Amino acid sequence: MDKKKESIWKRMGIGQLAIPLTALALLFLFNLIRDPGFFSVVVNINNSGNPVLGGNLISVINSASELAIISMGMTLVTAACGGQDISVGAVGAISASVFIKLLIGMGNVTAGTLTVATLACIATAVAFMMFNGTLVSVFRIQPMIATLILYSCGRSIAYWITGSATPQVDSPIITAIGMTIPGIPVPTPVFMVILVGVILAVIFKRTNTALYTQSVGINQGAARLNGISPTAVKMLAFGLLGVCVAVASVIATCRMSQVSHKTLLVDIEMDAILAVAIGGNSLGGGKFRMSGSILGAYIITMLTVTLLAMGINSVNIKAYKAVVIIIIVGAGSPVIKNRMILWRNRRSAAAVKGGAAS
Amino acid sequence: MQNDVVLTMRGISKLFPGTKALNNVDFTLRRGEIHALMGENGAGKSTLIKVLTGVYEKDSGSIHIEGIDGEAAIHSPQDAQNAGISTVYQEITLCPNLTVAENMFIGRTEDAVVHWKAYEKKAAAILDSLGIPARPKQELSSCSLAVQQMVAIGRAVDMNCKVLILDEPTSSLDEKEVAMLFRLMRDLKSRGVGIIFVTHFLEQVYEVSDRITVLRNGELVGEYPVAELPQVELVARMMGKSLNDLGDLKKADKSFSAGTENVYEAKGLSSVVRKPFDFRIRKGEVNGFTGLLGSGRSESVRAIFGADRVTGGQVRMNGKEVRITGPHEAMKNGIGYLPEDRKRDGIIAELSVRENIILALQVMRGFFKPMKRSEMEKFADEYIRELNIKTASQNTPVGSLSGGNQQKVILARWLLTHPDYLILDEPTRGIDVGTKLEIQRLVLKLAEENMSVTFISSEIEEMLRTCSRLIVMRDGNTVGELTGDELTQAHVMETIAGGEAQHG
Repeated sequence: MDKKKESIWKRMGIGQLAIPLTALALLFLFNLIRDPGFFSVVVNINNSGNPVLGGNLISVINSASELAIISMGMTLVTAACGGQDISVGAVGAISASVFIKLLIGMGNVTAGTLTVATLACIATAVAFMMFNGTLVSVFRIQPMIATLILYSCGRSIAYWITGSATPQVDSPIITAIGMTIPGIPVPTPVFMVILVGVILAVIFKRTNTALYTQSVGINQGAARLNGISPTAVKMLAFGLLGVCVAVASVIATCRMSQVSHKTLLVDIEMDAILAVAIGGNSLGGGKFRMSGSILGAYIITMLTVTLLAMGINSVNIKAYKAVVIIIIVGAGSPVIKNRMILWRNRRSAAAVKGGAAS
Repeated sequence: MQNDVVLTMRGISKLFPGTKALNNVDFTLRRGEIHALMGENGAGKSTLIKVLTGVYEKDSGSIHIEGIDGEAAIHSPQDAQNAGISTVYQEITLCPNLTVAENMFIGRTEDAVVHWKAYEKKAAAILDSLGIPARPKQELSSCSLAVQQMVAIGRAVDMNCKVLILDEPTSSLDEKEVAMLFRLMRDLKSRGVGIIFVTHFLEQVYEVSDRITVLRNGELVGEYPVAELPQVELVARMMGKSLNDLGDLKKADKSFSAGTENVYEAKGLSSVVRKPFDFRIRKGEVNGFTGLLGSGRSESVRAIFGADRVTGGQVRMNGKEVRITGPHEAMKNGIGYLPEDRKRDGIIAELSVRENIILALQVMRGFFKPMKRSEMEKFADEYIRELNIKTASQNTPVGSLSGGNQQKVILARWLLTHPDYLILDEPTRGIDVGTKLEIQRLVLKLAEENMSVTFISSEIEEMLRTCSRLIVMRDGNTVGELTGDELTQAHVMETIAGGEAQHG
């Protein structure tokens, strides 16, 4: 009876998600006690007279979009390489610059010019990520060091491309992507997260990306002897991360209708790595669970929004966030986990003994 | 003196969820004896050792150690060490980048300032008295594995251990190194140390041990003086059945006529670590590479599979010329390869038994053709049953299986691809007797079904039992090829020792 229950839990992968789910539940509970109004969803009418959803909860779901998308790509790179890409924010700034430069250069924003700019944006991000991927997989440089290069010079490259501090683009199409599509009250970035998620799900379903990535991440030598090319798998992971970064950079650009090379997607690399870790994924690579990272992204954003709602100023927020994150990451640490397992074993052993006695 | 007891374990039980790993086991170790602890994988040897060394807590039973009043309280490896119990594991647990002396004293110095000069002197004295061929200032990684192991033993001995546990110490040593280790063990024995010797090599048990304790399925089978337990009896006790089947393992004596087709044929094949060599194998043939450790056996098969970078040579599969530059091409041409080092090159430890079984077939089918879950489950079930793999379920991570069962999972992985030619490099290393026999039997069965198999083993008897042709290697060269009547242990030894090189 007990065994069956456990296997179902395991099958659903709840085991690994126990900590992030608990964290999210506690955040909900905390807000419920603090101020039930936190959850109220209101319908506002925006400047152009269309209804849009508002409220803290919507704000969490909306503003977590870029982070959620980049976390998905980061999960793959982490799993395959056992290391993280810290250049995602900087590369995002580059691809966003290409995007906006092309849009401005082509004059009027139409579906056609938007498509061209978006494809160019994706191509740019993928190319830069391939550069990282080459350093990591061919030259076997540690991911952190390899991606440090673009981390430090990426925003300068973005500045060279834009040529001015903050190029702007003004168009209803851009607002529709960054904010809401007229008639649909849910913010568009939310749909972009779903879109990227669905695309990745289809890739996982139709290809062996997950199996290959995990094999390479766990035991590269053995994977090679089974005919898998570790180089190709790592390049694929970086390539997909590139796509994620490009999409996130398009969202971030459209939100503001401008690109500031200094602030666009700034510090997102650290939050993305954190999201992967909170999701219960090993930063040392190997097995991964994409849903965990996505959950992690929303937990981080919810934490930020909660703290903002409590009136904590943005300078202090990082310190408060750190405290909560220590607790979440600590709960998932091997030491605490082993304690929990020991405790559970002892309990089940006692149960067996009790059962035998009766 | 001889019968002084240093360690008594009584009624030890250890429960894991779902299994009784140890059930009421007794174990007695006397001063100055080498006591072999035997049993198949999963018999409870490791659990007993781990209870003794404080890695696990026992659920019931008592442990008494000479010199300690009452029950010894061992709750951590540190407690065990303080009680005079030292362990040297199969995998070296020292720091390869430190010197020999540093390794012997690290973590044991009490002064704030460490006088390495003095420690080096002390280390030299210990190494000298134990006859360990290492210098204190030498970096540990520059020593051979055997010497590293002896340094670990030296460290243990210097910590005044009464009980020394050697867990599979010989599995990566060659014969000369084993002899060296045995000399050291006998020396320690004469100094009154009680040694618990865990190994899979039966011959070695009979060479050095005084007593044997046999476990099976977590229970004590019995304790015997070596002289009273013939080898066949020992195997029978370990497996829990009489051993008439051991003898019936016999290869079908295939005599190949000149015209029998070669499944695989290589001319002048070379890799970055293997000099050019010629090789062929016929349909349904079992052959083997033999020679001392490091003679180039593994390098040969790795070149065939493309595991090391191939630098030259012509290869024909079933008569057609092919280019094999890497594992993927080899697989597509119908070659399977079970690597020598199961942990390093074989298993993907954290993935499930199912994923490990289907991996090679999945790769051959292609990146864009993932198997359906139901198909994977079917394959996994089929091979778990067929090869009698002991696992809780097919979802279990393969890393948590015993060595023999891990090996079977990798075997299943390659059998599932239905190769024409299967290379098995040391498939029987470090696994229990029963599984060894199962694997040899399987090899012969596969050959009967017309698969060609290259079988490599450090134990020559195993190869003589299964192979119809043996290629003998020395120092990277082929020095002989034995068939038919030449396949005797004496002949193999002679060829290894004295044959003239035939190929460059």
